[in-house]
Order: sequence, then C-alpha cells, then structure tokens
Amino acid sequence: MELDRKLAILADAAKYDASCASSGSYRKRADGGIGNTEGMGICHSYTPDGRCVSLLKLLLTNYCIYDCSYCVNRISSDTPRARFTPEEVVNLTLNFYKRNYIEGLFLSSGVIQTPDYTMEQLISVARQLRETHKFGGYIHLKAVPAASPELYRQAGLWADRLSANIELPVDQELRTLAPAKRHTEIEGAMIQIKGGILEAKDKTNREGKSPHFAPAGQSTQMIVGATPAPDATVLQKASQLYKKHKLRRVYYSAFSPIPHADPGLPIEKPPMIREHRLYQADWLIRFYGFDVNEITPTTAPDLPLDKDPKLAWALRHREFFPIDVNKAPRAALLRIPGIGVRNVDRMLKSRRFRALRLEDLARLRVSIAKARYFITTADHNPDAFQIDTVKLPQRFQPEAQQLSLFTAVTGEL
Amino acid sequence: MAILEVPAQDFASWRTAARKLIRQGATPLEVHWLDGTSDAAQGLLAGLEAAPPEDDASKATTTTKVPREFLSLAETVSCFRDPQRWNLLYELLWRLSHGEPHLLDDPADPLVRKLRVMEKAVRRDAHKMHAFVRFREAADGAMVAFHKPDHHIVRREADFFVRRFGAMNWAILTPDECAYWDQKQLRFGPGLPRESAPSEDEVEDLWLTYYGSIFNPARANLTAMTAEMPVKHWSTLPESKLINGLLRTAGDRMYEMIRKQPSSAASFVPSDTTSLKVLQQAACNCQGCELYEHATQTVFGEGLRKARLMLVGEQPGDQEDQQGAPFVGPAGKVLNEALEAAGIDRADAYVTNAVKHFRFEERGKRRIHKKPDGRHISACKPWLEAEIALIKPKVIVCLGATAAQSLVGRDVRIMQDRGKWMDSLHAPNLMVTVHPSALLRLPPGMSYEEEFTKFVRDLRLATEEVNAPLSNA
Ligand code: SF4
Ligand code: SF4
Repeated sequence: MELDRKLAILADAAKYDASCASSGSYRKRADGGIGNTEGMGICHSYTPDGRCVSLLKLLLTNYCIYDCSYCVNRISSDTPRARFTPEEVVNLTLNFYKRNYIEGLFLSSGVIQTPDYTMEQLISVARQLRETHKFGGYIHLKAVPAASPELYRQAGLWADRLSANIELPVDQELRTLAPAKRHTEIEGAMIQIKGGILEAKDKTNREGKSPHFAPAGQSTQMIVGATPAPDATVLQKASQLYKKHKLRRVYYSAFSPIPHADPGLPIEKPPMIREHRLYQADWLIRFYGFDVNEITPTTAPDLPLDKDPKLAWALRHREFFPIDVNKAPRAALLRIPGIGVRNVDRMLKSRRFRALRLEDLARLRVSIAKARYFITTADHNPDAFQIDTVKLPQRFQPEAQQLSLFTAVTGEL
Repeated sequence: MAILEVPAQDFASWRTAARKLIRQGATPLEVHWLDGTSDAAQGLLAGLEAAPPEDDASKATTTTKVPREFLSLAETVSCFRDPQRWNLLYELLWRLSHGEPHLLDDPADPLVRKLRVMEKAVRRDAHKMHAFVRFREAADGAMVAFHKPDHHIVRREADFFVRRFGAMNWAILTPDECAYWDQKQLRFGPGLPRESAPSEDEVEDLWLTYYGSIFNPARANLTAMTAEMPVKHWSTLPESKLINGLLRTAGDRMYEMIRKQPSSAASFVPSDTTSLKVLQQAACNCQGCELYEHATQTVFGEGLRKARLMLVGEQPGDQEDQQGAPFVGPAGKVLNEALEAAGIDRADAYVTNAVKHFRFEERGKRRIHKKPDGRHISACKPWLEAEIALIKPKVIVCLGATAAQSLVGRDVRIMQDRGKWMDSLHAPNLMVTVHPSALLRLPPGMSYEEEFTKFVRDLRLATEEVNAPLSNA
C-alpha cells in the first residue's frame, strides 16, 4: 500500500484520541541530533474543528483483535485496515519534525497478536527514534493494557508521556461495551507507570540524576456520552484517578459518531458542550479547591449545559456571597464566578497598592458581567444587592454555543 | 521646555540613551523618541555616527537602579511594532526611578497594564513563530522558511531554532530581517520576499494528507480555530489551503458518517415480550441487514424455553435455510452425534445461530456458504441477546469463531481457547469450541475420530457444568 494511503487511514483512525499535549518535558537536544523539548507545548497547527495539532498522532496499525463497540478499529468493524512498519513511522516523524510541522509523535495501536507484541512494536519505534536518530522531540506512547510490567518500564525510558485509557467511568459499562477490557487491567498499567516515575524521581533525589522516565507523566481518556453515566460519576472517577495514580491529565472525549459504528450506540452529534463543561469542572477540582460533590451534588448529578459549573455552584450557594474583593482570602476569591486563578493572583498583588474598584478589576481582565453580582468593591457596586433576588439566574444569558476548546483547556473561569 | 529628539533603533541603543537622559533629569514630557525604523530617526542616526561613542562603563557607578523585571519587560516590548513603545518605556522608567520603585507590582496601573499587553503581544507573536514557521527543503539540502511575524522578533527568537534544529542548516526569511544558521554560526541579513524561499517540498504532500485526515467533521468549529491560527498567518502555512474545502464538505461527511451507521436488528426486536414465539415471529420480518434479501427465511433458535444449556452456531446453511430450522443439515448431523456421545439430549438444550439468515455466493446452481462479516454479526446480535435474555442459560457453548466473536467480543483462537471457561456477561459459564462443520472439512493429516472425541469432550465439560450444583447459591 502507498505510504500516503496508509497515512490517511492510520491518522484518521487515531483522531478519536483527544490528547495532543506536548508540554511538561525538558529534554536537551543531543549532539548531532534533532529536536528538544522546553517544557512548554507548542501547537503547530489547528484543524477546522479548533483542535490543536501538536503531535503526529498515528496508529501503528488499526487491525485489532478486540471488539470495543465505541471504537472504529474493533474487529467487527468493516473499516479499511493498514499497518505501518516501525521504520515508516520513524521517517515520517523525522521528516515532519525537521519541517517544524510537529513537536513529536503520539503513537498508539490496535492490539495485534498479543498486548505484549503490540507494546513491543510501539517501543521499537520510540527506541529507534531516540537511539538511532538521536531524536529529542516529544514522544507519547499508548500503554496497551495487560502487557507485561517490564514493557511499561521500557516504554517509559524512551517516552515523554505514557497513557493507558480508562475509556469509560464505570467498569461494568466497560465490560459491556469492551468485553475484553477491565478497569483493573488498565489501572494496573497506571500503577506500573506511576512506579517507574516515582523510582526515577527518587533516584534523582538521591543521586542527583537518573535516566528519563516519562518526564511528562501519564494521562488517560474517558469517553462521555456513549453510556448513561452522569457527570458526577465521570468526575468522581477522574478525581479518583488523579489521586491514586498521580495522573497529569484526564481527557474527556465526547463520543463521536464513528463510521461503521456499533449499532447499539447513540448516533447524534457528539455532546461538545458537555465535554467543555467537564473540562471546566475538572479544573475547578484541581486548581480551585472544589470537591466533586460540590460541583455535582446528588441533587444535580449532571453539570448544567447553559452555565459554567462555578456559576451554577454560586447560584446554589448565595449565602457565600457577596465577597469583599479587598479582604477575602485566596480560597474565597477563587470561588467567585468570572474570576480565574490568574485574575486572583493579580488581584492579590494589586490589593497591596490600592483598594480595588470595579474599573481595576476590568483592567485585570475579570469578567465583570459575571462577577459583579457576587462581590463588593471599594466603590459602590449596586449589583451586589441582587444576590438574594430570585431573578438573579436570569441575569446570565446562556453562553454562545460556539466554544473554543482552548478556553476549556486553559480553564480560566 | 525644549523637546529632545532621541533616536532608538533597538533595545541596546534605547537603553544607553535612556540611562543618560534619566541621569540628566529629563522628564518624559521633555523627550520625544524616534523609532529607529522611521525616516526621521534614520537621519538622526546617520548624524550621530560621526560623534564619538559614549563610554558607558566609566559611568557605571551612577547607573540608575531598576528592577530586573523592568529590563525583561523593556526588552520584550522593544520588539513591539509601534514607534510609541520607546516613549512608554521611558515614562515607566522615569516613574520607577522617581518615587514609585514598586510600580511593576501593581498590574492595575494603566501604564503598566498597557506595557504588559504589549509584552504579551510580542510573546504571543514569538510563540506563533515557533509554531508556524514551515521549512521547505532547498536544492542544497538546507531547510528554508518564509514567515511573517507581527513584531520585530527574528533576532529575539532565532535562538529557539538553533536549540531545536542545531544539527541542520536552516534559514528563516521574513520581510524585515532574515536569520541564517550553518550549524556553527547564526547570522542576520536584510529582509527578503517570499519568492526567495523554495516554492515546494515533497514531504508537504504527506503533511497535507495528515492534516486532512485528522480533522473530525463531527466537531467542525471555525471560531475556535481562527482564534488560535489567525487568518493573517494562513499565507505561509501550506495546510491552510485545505481549510475551506474541509469545512465545505464537513456537513456532508458528518451526514455520511451517520448514514454509514449500519442498520441493526435492534429496531425489529420487540422490547417487552417474554415469549419466545413472539420473538421468533418478529424475527421473520427482520431487515436489520441486507442478508434477508437473498435468503429464503429467517432461521431462529429452537429448543427448550427453560434450557440451561445454549448452543450458538454461526449461521444457517443451505439446508437450514430451506427448512427454517437450525442445525438440520450435515453439520447438524455431526452435532447430534456428538451431543449423544456426550450424554446430552438435544431436546433439553436451546440451539441457535449468531446470524439468523443464510449468507452465500451463487456458483452456477449451487449456493456456497460465505462467512458473515463483522457488520452482519453485530447487526444480528440483538436477536441473540434477546434469546439469551429470555432463556437465561446457565451455560453457553459457542460453536466456532463467529459465535465467539459475537459473545466474547474479541478475537478468540478456537484451537487455543477451546474447552476453557471464559468470563462473560451473557451467562455464568461460557465456553468456545469448534463448529461441527469444521469436522467435515478437516485438513489432510487430521483424523475425524480424534477431532470428534475432542469435540465430545468439550461438550461433556459443558454438561457437567450444567448439572453441577450452584456454588454459594
Ligand atoms: S483495543 Fe483499542 S483499538 Fe482495539 S477495539 Fe478496543 S479501543 Fe479499539
Ligand atoms: S441476518 Fe439477522 S439482522 Fe440481518 S436481516 Fe437477518 S435476522 Fe435481521
């Protein structure tokens, strides 16, 4: 098969993985080699769906022995199949990198023969890039669940990031849709990877240096909208994974209709807004001091689609407001709708010099339209008196439906 | 009050001049900075060249103290493409050294805010340069890019490309200034037009293929895209020529994806029945996939409503298709013999197939069995699931790979996995073994007797499990 055709098939098949991050790794260029990473990820292009193109995202092959019904590559799908040789992937990566199209490679694969065999193939690509070609760019490898622990160890030596996808928030749902997969196996891979990362850190602490081991950590992906699990369940699983396995990121992927789909799955347009709200909630949990149960209490297990989760929380907890922006501690400021982490830090700085007025906040890029009802400032803020009126929720027009994934990813609320 | 006209060409020259002016006590209102790129400044600069260069070091002791943060801010802002930047920087420097040393800590100050915005714009432009420079391979093997930054950032950012692409010869051409790297030294030269860069590169075609393939038409969102990849950069990005086409066809492709959703038996399965008979009658009218078009009739499962053992085959064959019952042809004969040898009364079991219509190819007058595709198996699965849900067998035996694919959900290797109990959601016990028709087509060298015995052994295992007392029940 022509390389061009293979590329089309195996890139197309890889596009359902949401992760494209290339940040969090520092790797100096090797002498005579090409490529480095400097901590910050770079998006080299954007596709018309607003998604960033940072890595060359490919499957080594889309043949697969499994039958996960949400996946276009499952064995029962009649999609066209192709398989790269490891060398073809190596050359594509180098050629693209030298032209500055990409930050590196994100390589995944359908499972061929056995999980071990598949994992070995992925490792061989990464090893060739690093050893033979002294490639210093970013490498993200998929950790195939149920492979031997030793293989995850090897993968971590070459890769910047590893990811084992949890796929669905509930094990029982996973077993129905992906009969061959188990949360225990997937989390087993996460545990191995975490072990490797901690060991490398420990060694660095003791001996000042250790070989790289997945310096950009591990991430995972959850598909939303393919099963009835509510947002509360999704977020609970995510926060459990963050805690247990020290994940850097959980990606939420709105279930997207796939060609040759399993007939049992929903076929509407993917729930993009829901995905966006989940990212916002995820940020609230990680950086704003919110607990899952505050964002999705049992009385409202799904995030509202028409307002962001912080605003929704604030409207449910008006007793908490108004907040005096000149006196409140950081944790309280973080709970004001329309004010993000960066806003809060700027406010705290500025507060030492002046008593903050509404116009100061505007200059600090606070979303006044949202925040004004929840704060008191040095000047008179008449809107603060509306906090207890029944009409308050109507003040907030549902946001425009066109969402930028970028805002979701940076998570400023 | 006399206004001083001072030229500033780059950060270094502004800094030298600004230091001197601060020491002289020149207020911001008294100084008018001329941008080095403007005509007036060029004239002034030309006049200055004759003057003896100022000896900066000798005056170092009287240097104005400014926070380091100011220097980094000023250095960045000096790249901003606006002649006003020098005046604004001087105003800030003046205030920092005249009673407001902590001014930079107050991000809400209007002047600070303004300069921060400029700083951010330069940073963003630098970031976009790292991202959007596109090299093409020139005839001599060097990699050459043409890029159009918003601000004067070529010098500032060239080092990024050295760090990354140190082991290749490259050039970045811009209309203002160009940077060249030969693996040893970085040089700068005057600006060049786009035509000076190569006009094509073979690898670019693969890049375009890649770009077109990773776009998910179900998620089209142009606003988000142009926010990050402003249209002004499109002219130097090869992939931008695909954008309009991709968007134009996104709706169609999305529709196509949905249209390609294979049909399924699901909508034909009555949801609220507890009667096998009703189920069977409904299946007679199934059009869940195209197989009904050519086959004679639906061949539904047969057997005991309360069977504890369920046998699942692949699909009806020629005989079954004509008679309307499962396992009545040659393979059925083998199955009956094996069941008997295993001590199982077929009347106690429930026998069915993963696919309920006969798939075949016509060769002359004969209809040759053709293995069902994945889509037939999944289209027909709702019937099988409905049968299982009603009968609730204690043991399911999958006869052959098709049944296994339908119920186990992975590529089971029959020869390896036969006779083993597998984890399944469909029944407490599930096993795979060969399809009896395999015994009729044994490759040379394999003995029927031996294979038959193995088949019987598997079936016996199944019946033992059927009769075993429920554990922990
Ligand atoms: S194992 Fe991976 S590639 Fe294979 S069907 Fe499941 S999700 Fe798809
Ligand atoms: S093979 Fe199954 S799904 Fe297809 S038409 Fe027949 S009964 Fe329906």
